[in-house]
Amino acid sequence: MKFITAIIKPFKLDEVKEALSAVGIEGMTVTEVKGYGRQKGHTEIYRGSEYTVDFLPKVKIEIAVTDDLVGKAVEAITKSAKTGKIGDGKIFVMPLEEVIRIRTDERGEAAV
Amino acid sequence: MKSLLNMFRFRLGLVAVLLVTGTVWAQTPAATPAAPPPPTAEERLAALEAYVNNVDPVKGPLVGVAGPGHNAWMMTSAALVLFMTLPGLALFYGGLVRRKNVLSVLAQCLGITGLVTLMWWAFGYSLVFGKSFNSPFLGGTEYFFLKGVTSAPNTDYAYWISQNVFSMYQMMFAIITPALIVGAVAERMKFSAILLFVAIWMVVVYFPLAHMIWGVTGFMNGVWNGDAVIKAIDFAGGTVVHMSSGWSALILCIILGPRLGFGKEKMAPHSLVLCMVGTGMLWVGWYGFNAGSALAADGVAANAFMTTTLAAAVAAFTWGMIEKLSRGHASILGFCSGAVAGLVVITPAAGFVDPTGAIVIGVIAGAVPYLACTKMKSMFRYDDALDTFGVHAVGGTLGALVTGFLATASVNSNLTGSYATKNGLAKLVTDGGLWLEQAKAIGITLVLSILATVVIAYLVKALVGLRPAPEAESQGLDITDHQEEGYIN
Repeated sequence: MKFITAIIKPFKLDEVKEALSAVGIEGMTVTEVKGYGRQKGHTEIYRGSEYTVDFLPKVKIEIAVTDDLVGKAVEAITKSAKTGKIGDGKIFVMPLEEVIRIRTDERGEAAV
Repeated sequence: MKSLLNMFRFRLGLVAVLLVTGTVWAQTPAATPAAPPPPTAEERLAALEAYVNNVDPVKGPLVGVAGPGHNAWMMTSAALVLFMTLPGLALFYGGLVRRKNVLSVLAQCLGITGLVTLMWWAFGYSLVFGKSFNSPFLGGTEYFFLKGVTSAPNTDYAYWISQNVFSMYQMMFAIITPALIVGAVAERMKFSAILLFVAIWMVVVYFPLAHMIWGVTGFMNGVWNGDAVIKAIDFAGGTVVHMSSGWSALILCIILGPRLGFGKEKMAPHSLVLCMVGTGMLWVGWYGFNAGSALAADGVAANAFMTTTLAAAVAAFTWGMIEKLSRGHASILGFCSGAVAGLVVITPAAGFVDPTGAIVIGVIAGAVPYLACTKMKSMFRYDDALDTFGVHAVGGTLGALVTGFLATASVNSNLTGSYATKNGLAKLVTDGGLWLEQAKAIGITLVLSILATVVIAYLVKALVGLRPAPEAESQGLDITDHQEEGYIN
C-alpha cells in the first residue's frame, strides 16, 4: 500500500478527481494549502506599495492506494494536473503501514 | 390663500367668542385689528417668482418662509453628505486597513460623528455662520446651542432653505472633514487620542477656516462678502475640507511615526470589495456635497451635478489607464482612488466651471494624485497609511488652484454679482488673475493647518499619549481599543 500526496494547481482539482475515479480510485482528502517551489511568489501593488507574496495558494490531495494501482494513480494525476507551465506541483509517494476502516474494523488492502 | 384663511378665522373668532376656548385666540394673533393689509396679487406673484429664481423675496407673504423644493433638495443633500461618512468613508478606509483594524476605523468615524455633532450644536455652527463678532476670522455667539435656528431661512446664506436644514447640512461637512484625517493615522493611533485631537482641531482649524471661506463676513469669501480681503472662491470645500484635513493628516502621521513593521511586513488592504462599496457611496454622496453646495435646487446646483459626474468618471478612468499603460494592470484600488481624487479636485470648482473645465480637472485629478501616492510617498517614506495626503491634500490644493484658472461667470452669475463687483472678484474672473487670490487662500489654509496640527499633536501626546502600546498595536486595535472583532474566523 502506498500513500500519495499531490500538490496541484487549484483549478486542476476537478480534472484530477475525475482522472482518479476513472482508474478506480474512490475517495480522497483535499486541503487548501499555501506554499512555494520553483514558481516562487508573485507581486501585488496597492497604489505605491509593492508586496511580494511568497506563498501561493495550492490544493493538496491525499489518497491511499493498493500497490497495483500506484502507477495508474500517479499517471492519472500527472496527466490531468499538467499545464506544462512552472508551478504545476509535485507528487509524493510514501509507503503505508496500515489502513483501518473505522466503521467495520477492516484492515489492510481491504480497507483502502 | 393664507390671507383668506386669516379673514375666515377673524370672523369665526368674533362670532364664536363666547363658545370657543382661549386657545383659538392664541393661535390667531394675525386676527387682531392691527394686522397688516393683505399682500396684493403683484406682491404674491413677485414672491413666487423670487422662489423660482432663488432670489430674495424682499417683501410679501413669503418673507421668512422656506421654499419646499429648495428645502427638499437640501434635506436630501444633507443626508447624502452624512452618507459619505457613514458608511461611505468608513467602508472605503475600513477595506484598506488590515483585518485586525477594520473596526477601529469604523469606530473612529462613528465617534467623530457624535463628537462633532455635539460641538456643532453647542457652539460650532455659531462660530462658523454667526456674525456677532463682526470678524473676518470667526462668526459669533448668537446661535450657541442652535438657539434661534428655526425653520425660517437665514437670508445671509440662503433665501429659501430653512436655517435648521442649513445648519444640519453644514454640520455634515464638519463631520467628514476630521474623519478624512483618520486615513493617514490608521492602525496606530489610540481612539482616545483621535477624539481629543479632533475636538481641539475643530475649534482651532475648522471653525475659523470655514468662517473665513464661507462666513458672510469671511476673510476669504470672495463670492458673498463684499469686504473680503482675499477674493478667493471655494464652492464646496477644496480648502476648508480637503486641504485642511489632508495637510493636517500629513503632519499628524509624521509626528505619530510609521506603523510597526512599516516597509517590512505586508500591509495590503484586507478587502478591496469593501473599499469599492465605500467608493461608490462616496461618489453618490458627493452629489449632495457638491450640487448641494448651491444651497438651492437651482441652475448652479444642476451645473455642479454635471461637473461632479464628469470629473469623477474621467479621473477614475485616467488613474486606471495610467496603471494599465505603466504597469500592465488597471487595479480596482486605482479606479477607486481616481474616482475619489476626481471628486476632491472638482469640489472647489464644481459650481464655477463648465463641462470642458470639468474634463480638464478630471484628467489632472487622475494624474497628479497618482504621482503623489506612488512616487512622492515612497521618495519621502512617510507612512500616510491610506493616502489621505496624496489624495485629499494634493487634490484639494490642486483643485483650489485650477479653480482660479477655470472659473467662469457663464455658469454662475454670482461670480460677477454685487458682492463680487464690490470686492473686485468680478474683475479677476473676467480679466484673469483669480489664481493669485486662490494661491493666497491656499497659503493661509496650509499654514493654519500645519502649525495648529503640530501644536495640537504634541499637546495630545502630553495629555493622553498618541499611540497604543506596541503589543496592542500588533494585536490590532479592534480588540485592544474596542473589545470586538470585525470577522469571526
